[in-house]
Amino acid sequence: MNSNRPIKLLHLYPRDMNIYGDHGNILTLQRRLEWYGYTPVVLTYDPGDSFPDNVDIIVGGGGQDSGQSKVQDDLHTIVHHLQTLADSNVPMLMVCGLYQLFGKFFKTSDDEIIKGIGLLDIETYAKPERLIGNIIVRTKEFGDVIGYENHSGQTFIGEGATAFGSVIKGAGNNMADSSEGARYNNVIGTYLHGSILPKNPRLADFLITTAVTNRYGSFEPSGTPDDHLIEPAREIALKRPR
Amino acid sequence: MPYPFVVIAGKLVRHAARLRGGGSALPGLFAEKVDPGFVSRTLQQLPHGVVVVTGTNGKTTTTKMVVELLESQGLRVFTNRSGSNFVRGVAASLLGAVKLNGKLPADIAVLELDEAHGVHFVKRVAPRYCLVLNVMRDQLDRFGEIDKTAQLLRTIADATTDSVILNREDDRVANIASTLDGRLVRYFGLAPELRQQFPTDDELHGQRAEQTPNKLAADVILESFEGDRAKFRIGEQTFETTLELHGIYNIFNAAAALTLVRTILPDASPKPLLEKLSTITPAFGRGEQFMYKGQPIEFVLVKNPSGFRLSLASFPASGNSVMIAINDRYADGRDMSWLWDVDFEGLRNSGVNLVTGIRAYDMALRLQYDLVPVERIEPDRAKALKQFLASHPDTPKRIFCSYTAMRELRREMAHYVKVGAIE
Repeated sequence: MNSNRPIKLLHLYPRDMNIYGDHGNILTLQRRLEWYGYTPVVLTYDPGDSFPDNVDIIVGGGGQDSGQSKVQDDLHTIVHHLQTLADSNVPMLMVCGLYQLFGKFFKTSDDEIIKGIGLLDIETYAKPERLIGNIIVRTKEFGDVIGYENHSGQTFIGEGATAFGSVIKGAGNNMADSSEGARYNNVIGTYLHGSILPKNPRLADFLITTAVTNRYGSFEPSGTPDDHLIEPAREIALKRPR
Repeated sequence: MPYPFVVIAGKLVRHAARLRGGGSALPGLFAEKVDPGFVSRTLQQLPHGVVVVTGTNGKTTTTKMVVELLESQGLRVFTNRSGSNFVRGVAASLLGAVKLNGKLPADIAVLELDEAHGVHFVKRVAPRYCLVLNVMRDQLDRFGEIDKTAQLLRTIADATTDSVILNREDDRVANIASTLDGRLVRYFGLAPELRQQFPTDDELHGQRAEQTPNKLAADVILESFEGDRAKFRIGEQTFETTLELHGIYNIFNAAAALTLVRTILPDASPKPLLEKLSTITPAFGRGEQFMYKGQPIEFVLVKNPSGFRLSLASFPASGNSVMIAINDRYADGRDMSWLWDVDFEGLRNSGVNLVTGIRAYDMALRLQYDLVPVERIEPDRAKALKQFLASHPDTPKRIFCSYTAMRELRREMAHYVKVGAIE
């Protein structure tokens, strides 16, 4: 076994899908891995790149419409990599735009269908209202997850996926039910940014421990992060207006 | 109601509102209700018309530069700050400025407009000149996305009748020229060597700024700067000057202001303009300095990732005490994501003395992940300022603050030093 215990983090489309502090999610995983005594190796994948081997965690973010149109075709060229990794329980976190594109399709306001990769059994429809504001989502596995949402697509979950959580405050997937996000194996899609991982360490640590266990058989940290700032940051965030 | 009566009655309402200690909303509302054409009619009588300054970063200080440069050329200038309801705010200011016969004693109006208010304003009053500074990721929770913001700026530029001044280094801004048939378009720019110091949001992750010279010809180019000295290329000549403005973005925007003023006054010669420019100070809260017990205290407004990055790059951290104040009220933007797109590694060696604001712990957490040491966290702004001033008496101080935190801290500052009126 490699003594410095590398873990490969892949940032998906950082050039075009990076708009809501998505860098914060990568940075959180990177630092926490270091604090736990592992060696994060951050890789990036942009359209046209060759897809790296032995990836341990994949993180993707949101983009503008223009960014989305730049990556949507490319995404179909790497779908077999992503599907294989998802089927073998590699943890992934897809926020906002890439959450939508990991689904079956996105139907625009002109009734145009943008085909997603269908890794998550979800469908998204463009709607006139934009769902914006602070959001709190209750999840079984990660407690209350705090973030910020900003999307006009409304997402509906099919049989093949489960919701990430249920909305306590905010809108979430859509205006019809209280679901937020979607999950298949260890692939989590969500509308929450803010960035989501810094203030939700249970979720960050789930991605980390899953990845480390996949790679090394068990999670054996040699240190722990100093998390004393997180609780007060969460307490304040919980009280802020929508 | 006949015109003079709107003016007289409006002035009375304004006076009454002032006596009550109120703001500008009521008299502005009155004028707009009674005479919806008041603003456009009053502004359109100006011999040099209306100038609008718009873009994400640097509007306030650039507007101040344009106003002072025009005044130095002998023009009488009406100007107004962007407020919560822009048209109403302008109406209120106009009521204060117009004579009883309805005449505005000014030659030109220079107005700072944000994208959202701007599109409504230009429907009422077509500007003669328009300056678009930049379009950065800012207030996404309000406007949706940058491309949409760029679209709003295009609408404002397109409503302009004569001349539009554009930043050739910002693709989204330079592209606005494509739909401006029949209007004079002029550019301001940067020397290629400076280009990499002004990354656009698209270059934030992965993409590199091009080193190739920009093909668009610019009227004024910022050639180089070091400390408080800057070199501008104006037409075929190069001029060097010192500046009271701090921060590279302010110095770049000086090129924008010069281009605009040269477009309005083609006969103005560069030398006196630069002499005037060298005396202009930043707008309130934008790199504003106070002296306290022999040490300068500088307020630096930060509103978005690019602005924060440029501010950190402009003001070296070493030798200074630093406080960061982050609120998340509506005017600041409620979404904290933007803090994660600012690189704070430059503060790692010197550390941050104090973090304050409603979202102090979010900010402190952000710094922790960039391995920047934080001495103290005090969310209460008044207490934080007191501690900050007391804790390092022998060093110059710098406060990076979000918009409402800046207003609060500036008000607190008045307990310690003389502070100009808050506008």
